[in-house]
Amino acid sequence: MATVSEISVRAGRRSELALMGMAWVIIVLARALVDYNAAYLELDAIAFYGLGAAVLMIAAHFVLDRVAPNADPVMLPAVFTLNGVGIAEIHRIDLAEGTGFATAQITWAALGVATMIAVLLLLRDHRKLRRYTYTAGVVGLILYMLPLVPGLGITINGARIWISALGYSMQPGEFAKIALVVFFAGYLVTNRDTLALAGPKFLGLRFPRPRDMGPLLLVWAAAMLIMVYERDLGASLLFFGIFLGMLYVATQRLSWVLTGMGLFAVGGTMAALTIPHVRSRFDAWLHALDADTYSSGTSEQLVRGLFGMASGGLFGTGLGEGRPDLVPYAESDFIIASLGEELGLTGLMAILTLYLIIVQRAFRASIGVRDGFGKLLASGLGFAMAIQVFIVVGGVTRVIPLTGLTAPFLAYGGSSLLANWIVIALLLRVSDMARRPSEEVA
Amino acid sequence: MNEPVRRLSIVVLTLVLMLMMSASFIQVINASDLNQDPRNVRTLYRQYGNFRGPFVVDGESIVWSAPVDDPYNYQRTYADGALYAPATGFYSIVYGRTALEQTENELLNGTADSLFWTRLGNLFAGEQQQGASIELTLKASMQRVATEQLGDQRGAVVALDPRTGQILAMVTSPSYDPALLAGHDTAEVNANYQELLNREDGPLINRAIAGDTYPPGSTFKLIDAAAALEAGYDADTELYAPQELDLPGTSRTIGNYGGAACSSNDSMTLADALRISCNTAFADLGMDLQWSVVQRKAEDFGWTDGITVPLTVTKSRLPENPNEAQTAMSALGQYDVRATPLQMAMVAAGIANDGVLMKPYLVDTVRASDLTVVDVTSPEIYKEAMTRSDANTLTEMMVGVVDNGTGTAARINGVEVAGKTGTAETGQDTSPHAWFVSFAPADDPVVALAVIVENGGSVGDEATGGAVAAPIAKAVMEEAIRLEREGDL
Repeated sequence: MATVSEISVRAGRRSELALMGMAWVIIVLARALVDYNAAYLELDAIAFYGLGAAVLMIAAHFVLDRVAPNADPVMLPAVFTLNGVGIAEIHRIDLAEGTGFATAQITWAALGVATMIAVLLLLRDHRKLRRYTYTAGVVGLILYMLPLVPGLGITINGARIWISALGYSMQPGEFAKIALVVFFAGYLVTNRDTLALAGPKFLGLRFPRPRDMGPLLLVWAAAMLIMVYERDLGASLLFFGIFLGMLYVATQRLSWVLTGMGLFAVGGTMAALTIPHVRSRFDAWLHALDADTYSSGTSEQLVRGLFGMASGGLFGTGLGEGRPDLVPYAESDFIIASLGEELGLTGLMAILTLYLIIVQRAFRASIGVRDGFGKLLASGLGFAMAIQVFIVVGGVTRVIPLTGLTAPFLAYGGSSLLANWIVIALLLRVSDMARRPSEEVA
Repeated sequence: MNEPVRRLSIVVLTLVLMLMMSASFIQVINASDLNQDPRNVRTLYRQYGNFRGPFVVDGESIVWSAPVDDPYNYQRTYADGALYAPATGFYSIVYGRTALEQTENELLNGTADSLFWTRLGNLFAGEQQQGASIELTLKASMQRVATEQLGDQRGAVVALDPRTGQILAMVTSPSYDPALLAGHDTAEVNANYQELLNREDGPLINRAIAGDTYPPGSTFKLIDAAAALEAGYDADTELYAPQELDLPGTSRTIGNYGGAACSSNDSMTLADALRISCNTAFADLGMDLQWSVVQRKAEDFGWTDGITVPLTVTKSRLPENPNEAQTAMSALGQYDVRATPLQMAMVAAGIANDGVLMKPYLVDTVRASDLTVVDVTSPEIYKEAMTRSDANTLTEMMVGVVDNGTGTAARINGVEVAGKTGTAETGQDTSPHAWFVSFAPADDPVVALAVIVENGGSVGDEATGGAVAAPIAKAVMEEAIRLEREGDL
């Protein structure tokens, strides 16, 4: 932790404001295009929408200026853009299907921004979180297991990763993700020296000592439980991937990663062979276009998404001019396919680039910040987002089997949106510390 | 801990690049395959979303797209669907397209190259892409007469304008209503299709051009006669016409219809042999001429040639290297000789038009949505089937068939009709097919046609071409002549 690189940067609040302006134009234009192409343009509604977006963006900017003046200036505009494009597309699907998802999503986005502001106001130093390492661990595990409670958990689209109570439903895994990153960061920063100790050498790699394998096996077992009982490969992969990534950052030992990946591969294969739901997802992935797989409905959803994306081609049909409503879950699990159809490959590339920017900014905060906990927290949260994007987009584009995770900030879903705005609050908090001019550092 | 974070960021970059690659694969490289996948309803919706052009017969739309309030925007609507089904085919969201709905698809949906300027105009005017309308050569009244005449018998009628090659009537019986398959309720369309498919009388088959080909029977004697005329015979050349003819190399013999003798002295002229359809005379003539000569003449009329009108017409077949006995049978339109009704109509048309066979066609004019003409089919010579004088000789011989031969049922008051009957054996246990091939008026033909009634139709075993098929041909020819007089042809 002694490796501190001197980074001198301008605070960048003014650049942020300029970028926010650009994001605002994209957000409002996207919504206006949807209305113009798929229904009719009501200037009043657009003006009201634009005003709301501006209020949220200026509020976020103002708070950041006060409580985290050195925070990363690029992250927030990128997140707002993603959130706005997502809302525009959800609104577009509402128009096609007569649903009302967009209104809810706008409410959740506003709540998300408010939550981010609250976290920034309440948490003035991310290092305070280290005190709650084990609390976070327990909370994270409970949240992950919550859908398994009879009467509380519900199965949607084959995976049991939702809970429902009092008429509201949520995906606790989204919040568990944050709690677990906090836990891993606290745990690993304390135990990294032990875990990094050299063990037996095999195939030119030095492996960890068997007696230190306990935590890895424990996390692996938890991941397997999630896969078996919640029947969701995505949540399991995300959970385990976060741990492996952070373990690597903490120990710098590739052997840990390889051991972990080997374990997961074994578990995943077993699950694919024995759990019908997981196996059908594998079938759908490997034989998506086969007549049998398609007509039995196994891969129909996935293939419909592919059809949508293919019809979008290089430049897309244009917002409001495609038929994203032909794909099931077009507003949530398949919003990437919807956007791919209407914005084309070009738009999809832009969206992926925005994610890449957010993740790279998180990594940059991790490198810049001086405390080990902060490094692990920022890189862990950043990596979590990267894996989630990979799992979601990879599922839709047939890189990996399809799972029940949703694209951060784009997909419809309150839990996902709130949780990811909290992630952004934490990342901004760490980046503020990382970018603070050195004389101010206590 | 900075170094592993940097490495991790490279991992993330790699992951995102993988996503970008797979997205490029789906959206660009593999896109056209996915877009053309028959399971991709998107393509269908897009087609239905545009106004699809109508089919027009005699200036009236017989098929059009009516606006409806469902995801497809338009419902393909068929007026008198069964009447035109053999030409138009169907346009189904489940089973795709057939016949002209398929061959003219790009014009109908407006994506054809020839409609480029129309599309550009629509684009600037902010209008939706519009398909072209297709005007057919069919005549509604002839279609109707032919359908009524066939009634519930299985068979087909094809009538051509011998001067141009326009297909004036193309009827197959039984037919079906394409509206049954054009609905947007998939389950209902499925059920209807299965029902049509399972029907034993095959309503989905276009017997006129694309069903099982039929043995032409005695109508093939027209080809023998044409070959003979070219080989130097004339109408009065005497042929050997015994009551029974031995089939060389076999113990079997060929006889005439009902076992009758053709003449008292075992000899008769070519014209008389055709008039009474003497089997032994033509079997012997076929062997005398050699099969290759007959075959060449058949090919001059388009046999074994694949044509499109623009519907694909099944090739009519001829035997390969038949021996003498087989040649004798082939000369009578049996053995391995097979023809579509269209092919037989083309034989009539070629003779009618002084030996010049015009290329048959169904699509007359294509008009863009603003009614400007995009394309007009101009008549095209398809084959020089025979010389003018040979054609005139054969025409006179065919007039004899209708005047006082086997085809008297096709006589029309005040009009000279040229024709030829056919009664094609189909096997031991099945009734023969009844054929009639004719054109009228003989001196200045306006219509040439072929009629087939499968397995003798309602008459069954006792059927002959003269009794069953000739009256149908007569009615259709009368209608054509009426249209010609009124200037509608």
